[in-house]
Amino acid sequence: MNAPVQNFTAKDFATDQEVRWCPGCGDYAILKTIQKLMPELGIAREKQVFVSGIGCSSRFPYYMNTYGFHTIHGRAPAVATGVKLSNPELDVWVVTGDGDGLSIGGNHMIHVLRRNVDLQILLFNNEIYGLTKGQYSPTSKVGTTSPSTPDGSIDMPLRPCVFALGVGARFVARTIDTEAKHMAPVLKRAHAHKGASFVEIYQNCPVYNDGIFDQIKDKKTAADTRLVLEHGKPLTFGTDNQKGIRLNAKTLLFEVVVIGEDGVTEDDLIVHDENNKVLAQMLAGLKLPDFPEPIGVIYCEPTAPSYTDDVYQQRIVVRESRGPADLNSLLRGGHTWTVS
Amino acid sequence: MSAVEDVTNQDRANQVSDVVVRFAGDSGDGMQLTGNNFTEATAIYGNDLATFPDFPAEIRAPAGATFGVSAFQIYFGSEDVTTAGDDVDVLIAMNPAALITNLKDLVAGGLVIVDTDAFTDKNLRRAGYTSNPIEDGVLDAFRVVPIAITKQVLESVKPFGLSHKFAVRCKNMWTLGLVMWLFDRDRNVTISSLQKKFVSKPEIADANIAALNAGHAYAETAEMPSGIEVYKVPRANVAPGLYRNTTGSEALAYGLLAGGQLAELSITFASYPITPASSLLHTLSGQKQFDVVTFQAEDEIAAVCAAIGASFAGSLGITSSSGPGISLKAEAISLACATELPLIIVNTQRGGPSTGLPTKTEQSDLNQALFGRHADTMLPVISASTSVDCFEVAIEAIRLATKFMTPVILLSDGYLANASEPWLLPDINDYEPFPVEFETNTEGFSPANRDPETLARVWAKPGTPGLEHRIGGIEKDHDTGDISYDSDNHQRMTDLRQDKIEGIADYIPKQEVALGETKGKLVVVGWGSTYGAIHQAVKRCRQEKLDVSHIQVRYLNPLPKNLGDLLASYDQVLIPEMNKGQFINLIRSRFLIDAKPLSKVSGQPFKIREIESAIKSLLET
Repeated sequence: MNAPVQNFTAKDFATDQEVRWCPGCGDYAILKTIQKLMPELGIAREKQVFVSGIGCSSRFPYYMNTYGFHTIHGRAPAVATGVKLSNPELDVWVVTGDGDGLSIGGNHMIHVLRRNVDLQILLFNNEIYGLTKGQYSPTSKVGTTSPSTPDGSIDMPLRPCVFALGVGARFVARTIDTEAKHMAPVLKRAHAHKGASFVEIYQNCPVYNDGIFDQIKDKKTAADTRLVLEHGKPLTFGTDNQKGIRLNAKTLLFEVVVIGEDGVTEDDLIVHDENNKVLAQMLAGLKLPDFPEPIGVIYCEPTAPSYTDDVYQQRIVVRESRGPADLNSLLRGGHTWTVS
Repeated sequence: MSAVEDVTNQDRANQVSDVVVRFAGDSGDGMQLTGNNFTEATAIYGNDLATFPDFPAEIRAPAGATFGVSAFQIYFGSEDVTTAGDDVDVLIAMNPAALITNLKDLVAGGLVIVDTDAFTDKNLRRAGYTSNPIEDGVLDAFRVVPIAITKQVLESVKPFGLSHKFAVRCKNMWTLGLVMWLFDRDRNVTISSLQKKFVSKPEIADANIAALNAGHAYAETAEMPSGIEVYKVPRANVAPGLYRNTTGSEALAYGLLAGGQLAELSITFASYPITPASSLLHTLSGQKQFDVVTFQAEDEIAAVCAAIGASFAGSLGITSSSGPGISLKAEAISLACATELPLIIVNTQRGGPSTGLPTKTEQSDLNQALFGRHADTMLPVISASTSVDCFEVAIEAIRLATKFMTPVILLSDGYLANASEPWLLPDINDYEPFPVEFETNTEGFSPANRDPETLARVWAKPGTPGLEHRIGGIEKDHDTGDISYDSDNHQRMTDLRQDKIEGIADYIPKQEVALGETKGKLVVVGWGSTYGAIHQAVKRCRQEKLDVSHIQVRYLNPLPKNLGDLLASYDQVLIPEMNKGQFINLIRSRFLIDAKPLSKVSGQPFKIREIESAIKSLLET
């Protein structure tokens, strides 16, 4: 039972529970990537905790042979905050979806990111409510037809990474369900980050929103529809990376340019800097069809202290100044008098 | 104010056994501070006492407005005092609004001290007076002491060079000095507390102390109207030992710390600000030297969820709120029932529904505590009866939550939270510890394993090697703890959850009689903060040889096993409650007893005489 963590394989992180997602669901691929990643993180299995809310993605903990808590709709960030406050030694993951994390639980998502609680938050974004049978979600594109919007949805969707940056997240990344080779290093980075790390995962729902990310996922179109971010590298995309992103100094907006055309060279392109929040906010908002959609680490501010670290640090300071706790002296601390 | 019999000394005329004093003024006049200082001096003097602050919901209402009147009442005497008193003997009214809103509670012949400087045309109009009550005869039934307090104060603090604004603020201390003379209280505690409070502003401390002494000197140097002399209130015969004053909310906070220590658990206290529950969060967040982490969450739901997460991780999660906030927590409390995790939910009840009366007291969340969740989610509900009792009940809540792996609702209320009384300080070493044993054995482990006696589920905390497991809100298989949608299993699990909670009745004390006999003509049954008024009413009736007893119920679910039989041994049962009859419905349906209700929902606690007269009218029929 106390086997060193490095001897574990992906199998040791699988449970005996039958996985109950629909055939072809993107969640399978995510589960597999994470089970495979776990032994590489160097954290004892008993210290790993997966907390989820409600929805398809939130069944995730049942399939991870770690500690797990399948809670109630939207509240996983709050429950996970309690787990981490209680025992900061634990390595806590939140698994949520676009409905769970951004609709019913939107308030908790704001505050868990703002506070910078040391958690990995994985938001499986399939732009639809799956478990309740296909209603549109807060990330559904305008015009999405669903049982609750038979004539097409009319409200503006939110962009999860824009939201996360807006409320003060210090680590924001995006990846794709079936791209294990991209997802694993992104999650590793998220795990290494001290504080709340927010990872949006584009996830296909084959039943209610099939193919919503096909343009980005399809190998034939991917080169033109994805902007793969690498810290310190220029923002290029397209076959042979001949296209790039440049800042128009007059409009302060990004524009797509082609290297070699109109005198454009690689030096004209924006170089990705994970620590640049203004850049991160601009990148997070890029979307098809005008721009390729960025994947990778959009923003990382590694120096911010995590909430839980600060909570315990404050406690140490108070304890040093007040000395050991003694209930009897606390009770007798104010004005007392003796009746004889 | 009742005269003491058999007094032979020369102070006979001014010797009384008990007095009710009420300080009333604008919410910015410092009446709570004045009351607290007088309370401290009274406790040290050796009287038994109880206090009740009554403040408005508005933080700073416009000066002189009736809805901005803040009052502090203290009842003290030479016998045991369990309520803040029915009628006021001495009223201090700092302005016309304070007079008009409080005069109805003053006994005929009672003393009223007024600051005549505040009885300006503007203030009189704002309070609703068409003429000055000090002059027009409205106060003829009372003994009036009109003093130009503001003028006196300005004079007394002149040497300190304060601005007019700060100088006027000293008038509460001047008035306190006068009242301290009236009851022969020692000013030294107040002086040292002022020095402490204004340690960084010594000139403010000095001015306040000067005002306090000036008020005292004013009274002493015979400037008081004739017939108004120092009252003697003999010391009470209270149990020997070391005392302090405590409000219910302080005692509750300390009880939670004590319970955590006895259970050998760290505490994660997660809460969201709401009147009148916030003081628990304030108190605990200042106690980081103890094994407690406090968390002001983004909302009520996050607070209870964080507490549940903490319990899952092996601390004791505690959340606290008042009725509306508890409503928001309901879904999560059911999750804690379903996952069988320990959790304490403190409800400091206030007047409702909705925002209702945030600063006033009520007991109307009993139904919510017992039934206010989806599905069959039973959990233990216990209540505190006095401010001091909050300490014991907090410990008991933690004992039950950890022994039975269940959420527990602890009911307090706005009255208990704010009312203070002397506390014979307990020694924590006298309490029997109840250390929690976390599961560590991997042999045959399942998260569904439970104690065959108590039916409590095992508590295996994350971090324990080999016990990795998943829990959640979906129904779980009785044996394996895995997700199960099996119909027979759901029946079995629902029955089991009920059996576990009902079985707690075997582990709580049998119901005792608080005062009186175990049978008779009438028993008055109380729960929560009605204790004090019921106790005094029953005591007075028994002194008149009436056959009436008092039962005070702490355990509201499950009820003590003998309660039904005990109640059946009286001819009549009277249940006073600060709601429209919630506990009585429970008693009637559970025991088929034709109990009689006495309901009050005015936002104010019961008066002793209200219960006394209900007792008498039942015994007459």
